[in-house]
Amino acid sequence: MRVRTLAVTLLVGGLALTACGKSGSPADSGSSSAPQAAVATDVKVDGSKTFDAMKARGKVVIGVKDDQPNLGYKDAATGKYSGFDIEIARLIAGQLGFGEDKITYKAVPSASRESAITNGDIDYYVGTYTISDPRKEKVSFAGPYFVAGQDLLVKKSNTDITGKDSLKGKKVCSVTGSTPIQRVKDQKLTDADKIVEFQTYSQCVEKLAQGAIDAVTTDDAILKGYAAQDPDNFKVVGATFSQEPYGIGLGHDDKALRTKMNDVLQKAYDDGTWQKIYDSTLGKSGSKASPPPLTRY
Amino acid sequence: MSSVLFDVPGPKARIRHRLLAVVGVVVVVGIVGFVAYRFYDTGQFDAKKWDWIQYTTIQQDLLTALMNTLQAFAAGAVLALLFGAVFAAGRLSEHAWLRGPSMVIVEFFRAVPLVIMLFFFYYGLPTVGIKMSPFAAVVLGLTLYNGSVLAEIFRAGILSLPRGQSEAAYALGMRKTQVMIQVLLPQALRAMLPTIISQLVVLLKDTALGFLITYEELLRYAGFLGGKFEFGRPLIPVSIVVAFMYIAMCLLLTALARYLEKRNRRSKKHVELDDTGKTEAVALAAD
Amino acid sequence: MDVLVNNLPLFLSGFFTTIKLFLISAVGSLVLGTILAMLRVSPVPVFRAAATVYVTLLRNTPLTLVFFFFAFAFPLLKIVSPDSFSYFVAAITALILYTSAFICEVVRSGINTVPVGQAEASRALGLSFGQMLSNVVLPQALRSVVPPLVSTLIALLKNTTIAAGFSVAEAGAIRSTLSERGADTMVGLLWVALFFVVLVIPMTLLQRSLEKRWSVAR
Repeated sequence: MRVRTLAVTLLVGGLALTACGKSGSPADSGSSSAPQAAVATDVKVDGSKTFDAMKARGKVVIGVKDDQPNLGYKDAATGKYSGFDIEIARLIAGQLGFGEDKITYKAVPSASRESAITNGDIDYYVGTYTISDPRKEKVSFAGPYFVAGQDLLVKKSNTDITGKDSLKGKKVCSVTGSTPIQRVKDQKLTDADKIVEFQTYSQCVEKLAQGAIDAVTTDDAILKGYAAQDPDNFKVVGATFSQEPYGIGLGHDDKALRTKMNDVLQKAYDDGTWQKIYDSTLGKSGSKASPPPLTRY
Repeated sequence: MSSVLFDVPGPKARIRHRLLAVVGVVVVVGIVGFVAYRFYDTGQFDAKKWDWIQYTTIQQDLLTALMNTLQAFAAGAVLALLFGAVFAAGRLSEHAWLRGPSMVIVEFFRAVPLVIMLFFFYYGLPTVGIKMSPFAAVVLGLTLYNGSVLAEIFRAGILSLPRGQSEAAYALGMRKTQVMIQVLLPQALRAMLPTIISQLVVLLKDTALGFLITYEELLRYAGFLGGKFEFGRPLIPVSIVVAFMYIAMCLLLTALARYLEKRNRRSKKHVELDDTGKTEAVALAAD
Repeated sequence: MDVLVNNLPLFLSGFFTTIKLFLISAVGSLVLGTILAMLRVSPVPVFRAAATVYVTLLRNTPLTLVFFFFAFAFPLLKIVSPDSFSYFVAAITALILYTSAFICEVVRSGINTVPVGQAEASRALGLSFGQMLSNVVLPQALRSVVPPLVSTLIALLKNTTIAAGFSVAEAGAIRSTLSERGADTMVGLLWVALFFVVLVIPMTLLQRSLEKRWSVAR
């Protein structure tokens, strides 16, 4: 009897919880003016296992980031993804024959990207994924579709961090399994015990807001997004010290799909779609960029 | 129980206890009040930090995350119970070739931390071409880890059953497997129920480790939501809500155990175990 | 073997941090757990209630969530300065608070195994409640407490690996560095697993033998 009462209470409580509620979003970045991605029909990619799997499933699963404003960001209140990486992912999906309603996004943190691709959890990955040789041994890359550079995010009031050489003795945060953290370790930019590692950049930014660390380091594109979100608190130092070509990560042996994606990117470069996507997302902060040359292999 | 340790207090002791009670209340209220003040002072009670709770999408996503947690728990629990039963029987087998490997497997998986297992399944195995979805990796890890603990619990339960049970079964002409499956295991299961359930509570809590390998469970969602700038990074409110959800689930499970135990005691099929078996099993189930 | 040899400093410092985490939090949670157990059997109802609430809350919360709270949420309350509250300290705090709830239960059930006569006799001698617990009951309870206590400590040792997700470079965190270096993570993880097996198996054997030697028919 008591069990039944409990069950009923839970059910009613659950209903009450879901029955009333707000929709919409407190964030202004929700609406994107990016061009609607065209959906191609009758796409064929011969010899691509990944593509065959997508076709059979009738859906494409794309790995993205969900906490990087202007790049890959999920609005918690609407459940919608937005940003430059998302638009690129959408563009590719459209040209592979999958419209918006056929896309499932899966948030995958940096450290799990290779596993998510090799495990087949996702079909491809678009999320500030730097093309590098060690990674090419596990996965392959289409693109690059953007080139960022490593930079530093600090508190607005901070004046003593001006670039990578002023990091000595400062607490620096970045993400496990990312190229920036490797660079900090390899070049010994700060003491080993001053390096803080988390799973996502937003956790580093939280720590910066709390004053527990001195700087967050990663690509300027990511940092600019956080600075734009909270301009009263943060600023980007603006002295990049690396080249980070972003690629679309996909299965190691899927050359057919890689070629197809490169074709799609090339077309978007040529007909101005890329520029439109850039202007409506990353370019909103005023910085200019042009598409980088593709490196096909 | 507590009356064992102290007599009914006399007038002096009563005054002392009252004094201590006042001190206790002051200390507890002090601590709680201090924490609450820190909450208030750092703006944790601001409407903005709790605003997220009103959005339907967030409520649904939170429920989805909860369902994912429960799914991993359900699959893990069923498989772990099976694994435990099989390997407990294996360890009690008369054949050394069954007993040896069963023991090695059970001891190995009890010794390796679940985190390492999850990493191994999700990050390690793909490098040799074995694919694992996060869900499969979480369930497999939970099964192997909790299953081997359950195997030990079952074994302790079976060993502490009165010998008459198996002797009578053999006398009826039952075969070894029959004795195990029809007589010993069900009784051990019933007798060990409280311990088993507390191990299942551990299993439920361990699903939270799934966030380390991108399984989209409750804690991962809490981390995602807690970092959202537009809600003022509501880490503390989200932690409180999620903690409440976990605690409620675990307490429900424990309540179920109590209920089953009570019903169990009423039924006549119950067999009283000797004490050592019971304490051993309790010792095993420590998280 | 190559993976281990080539990254020996990484493995050693990881294992060392794990052991450090384990030892500090073991001592901490033994002390806190015993105090909690004493509160739980105390004649003062408020103490009992407070300890019960603490134990119920902590035992039913995933350790990962406790870690999450102390790594991310707790610093927001600004109770201690962020400089002194490193991730290592956060990990130790989480481990101690969580494990002490389990230790409290183990000690309390041990206290229950001490025969009534012992408590009665010590009262007859005029010992106070605290004296009786610390001089008579707890030393005797120790016998039945130690085996489950060892299990709890084994669990604690294994639980230290959760700190890997919260910026503490212990054994569980070796994987991510290996993967950054492009080394074979699977073999690396097997070495880490072996490390734990080597530590845990002797503890299990100790627990078994203590259990056998100290199990007294009462």
